[in-house]
Amino acid sequence: MSKYYVNKFLFTVDRDPRLLSRYTEEPRSFVSVWEQSIGSRLIGNEAEASTAHAFTEEERRALIEHDFVTLFEMGAHFFLNLTLFIGIYDEPYREKLGPLAFQRAFASKLGHWRGKAYPSIMT
Amino acid sequence: MAPPGEQMPQATEWKRKVEAYRETLTDAQPDILVMIGSDHFHQIFLDNYPQFLIGKAASYDATFYNEEREFGLPTYTLTGDEGMSRFLHQSLLAQDFDLAFSNELKVDHSIVCPIITLRPQNDLPIVPIYTNIFAPPLSSPRRFFELGRAIRKAIGDYPSDKRIAAIGTGHLSLELGGPRQFMETGPDPEFDRKAIDWLRAGDIEAILASVTHESMEASGNATHGFLNFILMLGVAGSTEADYIDNLDLFHTMEAYFTWFPKEIG
Repeated sequence: MSKYYVNKFLFTVDRDPRLLSRYTEEPRSFVSVWEQSIGSRLIGNEAEASTAHAFTEEERRALIEHDFVTLFEMGAHFFLNLTLFIGIYDEPYREKLGPLAFQRAFASKLGHWRGKAYPSIMT
Repeated sequence: MAPPGEQMPQATEWKRKVEAYRETLTDAQPDILVMIGSDHFHQIFLDNYPQFLIGKAASYDATFYNEEREFGLPTYTLTGDEGMSRFLHQSLLAQDFDLAFSNELKVDHSIVCPIITLRPQNDLPIVPIYTNIFAPPLSSPRRFFELGRAIRKAIGDYPSDKRIAAIGTGHLSLELGGPRQFMETGPDPEFDRKAIDWLRAGDIEAILASVTHESMEASGNATHGFLNFILMLGVAGSTEADYIDNLDLFHTMEAYFTWFPKEIG
């Protein structure tokens, strides 16, 4: 399991409009491209590769399916897990259901964690 | 700003309170602003995460694509003060606070929002200091308070007749990306009330007796932003606040405090 690598995915995609758009439209092929050519780049140094991390099958599936509930349960960082999916879903939810509809649906899908200790985000 | 029909119901009251708070900074007639905030995975990431970091640059850009996307924040350029940054950094090192530094720092909403709200003319040089409230493990609440004391000493020792204000941003109970986010109140209104009372009284002992990483987590998964309030109480010197206000926004309680420096006898 690599919480760090899941967070690296969320971090690199959230900050780049081109990557966010590809992850929104074609998540399966994009996750594959990310694993092959983006995830291995050392942050801040495009020329250097890092072999330190890889996704588990479950992490890959959760990312492909935009499954923020599973990502939360794996201990992905709450801020990245929220902002990235706000970037994808805020607008369509807002148009149909009004302001903050996605944020409230997100909370509701995690309702079974109320009153419990959340999964640790420590990496 | 959103047109009136789309504004949150508290918009008018928020504007009034922020403008009143802004006056406390204006009245202090500052020349330089020491800005304490926290990066939210905009420039700083888990490959290399400092607990505390000081900016040392002649200018700072703001903000980031994903903050413009999510919050509609405008871009800014803030002027730095390299001499002040250098002095503060060396003073903090000499006081055994080993801050990391950055000569190219793009600052996020934690630094820009207080400029937009408290100094919208953006006419003063800043020294940004970032704290880690975000990527555990975090420094202890006591360490945040003591860093605040050290920043206050460094500011006091700065050999200049410039007037220096320290502005810190953090929050009370807050949940993001969890089941208690975006409710009608913050996730723990009782903590918020206590926190405001502690800060009003400058009661650091009560804070240190009650507030731990675990207690903050229980009050909301992003409540660790309260550590910056503790740091600011260190800057102020655990004394009663001169100005206190707060506003219950729909998902968090905002609180505004000012401590004016006591004249040195």
